[in-house]
Amino acid sequence: MSDIARPPLPGLPSGRAGGVLATYGVWIAAAVVLAVLPHVFASGLALTAMCLMGTMIIFALSYNMLLGQTGLLSFGQAVFFGLGGFLTVHAMNVAESGGVPLPLAVFPLFGGVAGLAFGVIFGAVSTRRAGTAFAMITLGVAELVSSSALILRHFFGGEEGVTTDRTGLVHLFGLTFGPQIQVYYLIAVWCFVSAAAMYALTCTPFGRICNAVRDNPERAGFIGYDTQTVRFISFSLSGLFAGIAGGLAAINFEIMNAAQLGLAQSGTVILMTYIGGVGDFVGPIIGAILVTYLQVALSDVTDVWQLYFGLLFIGMVIFVPDGIAGLLARQRPLLLARQLHRVAPFYALALVPGLAAITGLSMMIEMTNQLAVHVSDGPAMAFLYVPFDADAPLPWLVAATLLAAGTWLFLRAARAARHAYDEALAASRARGRGP
Amino acid sequence: MVEIVLISALDGVLYGMLLFLMASGLTVIFSMMGVLNFAHASFYMLGAFFGFQISRYLGFWAGLVAAPLLVGGLGTVVERYGLRKVHRHGHVAELLFTFGLAFVIEDLVEMVWGKLPVDYRVPPSLDFPAFTIFSGNYPAFKVFELLTAIAIFAALLLVVKRTRVGLIVQAALSHPDMVGMLGHNVDRIFMLVFGVGAGLAAVAGVIAGPALVTQSNMAGLLGPILFVVVVVGGLGSLSGAFLASLLIGLVQTFAVASNASLAGAFGDLVPSGWLQAYVGDIWNVTVAQVAPILPYLLLVLILIFRPRGLMGTRES
Repeated sequence: MSDIARPPLPGLPSGRAGGVLATYGVWIAAAVVLAVLPHVFASGLALTAMCLMGTMIIFALSYNMLLGQTGLLSFGQAVFFGLGGFLTVHAMNVAESGGVPLPLAVFPLFGGVAGLAFGVIFGAVSTRRAGTAFAMITLGVAELVSSSALILRHFFGGEEGVTTDRTGLVHLFGLTFGPQIQVYYLIAVWCFVSAAAMYALTCTPFGRICNAVRDNPERAGFIGYDTQTVRFISFSLSGLFAGIAGGLAAINFEIMNAAQLGLAQSGTVILMTYIGGVGDFVGPIIGAILVTYLQVALSDVTDVWQLYFGLLFIGMVIFVPDGIAGLLARQRPLLLARQLHRVAPFYALALVPGLAAITGLSMMIEMTNQLAVHVSDGPAMAFLYVPFDADAPLPWLVAATLLAAGTWLFLRAARAARHAYDEALAASRARGRGP
Repeated sequence: MVEIVLISALDGVLYGMLLFLMASGLTVIFSMMGVLNFAHASFYMLGAFFGFQISRYLGFWAGLVAAPLLVGGLGTVVERYGLRKVHRHGHVAELLFTFGLAFVIEDLVEMVWGKLPVDYRVPPSLDFPAFTIFSGNYPAFKVFELLTAIAIFAALLLVVKRTRVGLIVQAALSHPDMVGMLGHNVDRIFMLVFGVGAGLAAVAGVIAGPALVTQSNMAGLLGPILFVVVVVGGLGSLSGAFLASLLIGLVQTFAVASNASLAGAFGDLVPSGWLQAYVGDIWNVTVAQVAPILPYLLLVLILIFRPRGLMGTRES
């Protein structure tokens, strides 16, 4: 639907220096893309999806400040997203009833400040430890906050949540923020600014020290940096950006409820970041776009779409631990040395059995789903427009064959592709050293 | 009053023992492999659902034996073909793998058995009051649960402390490389420990399923509490896990039975402007209502005052 065609994403490491255009070219291109996008995909559904994507990009990037940059695995990032959202909603409601002359565009800042404040509070507790202990503490804190949210009914609004009205604030330049397109541009601007700020942060000495703490905390400690302080600052700043994302989500949906700060939301951001790739700045951006797109598209097609997400996630963890961005980054040297044509056929060769295996698996899932969930509808169903009975043996046989044969052939083809990749890489290195 | 205290104490010990059945596997797996198994509570849930499914055809007792074996087998498969492959990508990948696995298991269970609780019943042979305290009956099934948990605890202690297998497992906890050098197959030990851990969680599921609610969200509800147990007890410490399990079991059970609140202790709030509604939420909440958050509160307190946990020996 919307974003498959989105051209180069911001933040690709620019590498060679040389002129403003070379350094900031990617960012200028990203800004142009963000501005033009709603005119290319003008449908209401596309616009809603893009608003969601913009919010999620900030959220996923903020998460990658922890996981990718500082090496901290947190299970409670949604706490800052949710608290930022709630603070924004309350700030908007207070401003509306009290007649405070603030335009809507600055309200995500309230979310950011809330995220930062809670980042400082929870960071003081959780960043004393690193590694697995840190992960468990964030989980505990997240559970603490999300269960408290159901007790503090006046602030969190209980099960229903708190609503607000984004059009009731001061209208600057005649912007009412009633139409979705205006909200899109608000999110786009905040998304661009936040992404730029987070990228700039990775280039500062602080960003480098975060990397050092991730890679070798002992040595970072020996050269005189307190690793706990570095983790703490990184954690707090990550809370700031997550809060901004939450504020934007609150403005976009005009409602905030306790589910937004629960474990499911934290799980979603982990999913996005990891599928996109944690090693690269663009990874979380790709992940946020892809996962949001799949959420919108898959939930129309099948009612067990969350299962597919789980399987996709496990598959990525096992086979592609550096994510989509890592996969693409590995093709970069081949592309530069014009050696990509040597591996492309092998990729295509692996794709065919891979797709067959996925088809077989998905057929089995859908047939189980038909038999277990849609019992009342009987066994008659259709998969890829082919009608059959889910309790007949033949479809199961077909699915099992597709899955088994597809997996076997895929693993063989993948081995061949890896071999071809190594050869092509060696060849491009040889060319690089040549005249 | 005495009645409430007595029944709460019994229930609390029971809940604590069930927690320990799971936490013991979790903490041993953690200290051996460095993997915090997010899917551990999912094995507990699978145990309950397998037990339910088997009990419909062969009765409860067949389920009690078969379900843990099935889940234990599943655990070894997960270790052999999942975790071991992910291992070379580091601990974060391992943790995320089990995290994804927990999601997938929950979705699968939801797909096969639905979102609503299933009708998993106490077997008729145990469906009678065991004894009467004051005016209330204490069901025999709870006594059975307690006895089973204690028996397994004793057996586990015996195996770990007194047998050769236990000795190797203990050695592999702290020095896996050395154990490998001495000619033991460490990979196989890990696989077995993972399987046994999953099986123990499944036992807890089978015996807790009929008493509690067997539902697709049961893993999500219990999982975080297990992590609290493991951290509060001290990472990798079996005796710590035991203490923490009992502590959390008792705290939660007593909290649920208590009706105290700040308003009850100090009287109602004096109305004072717009803040009153918000403060009132905290002021009027009863201890029973905050019972679900008490374990997490305990976790945060422990981390502030004793970061290595009750019986832990290391910081991480």
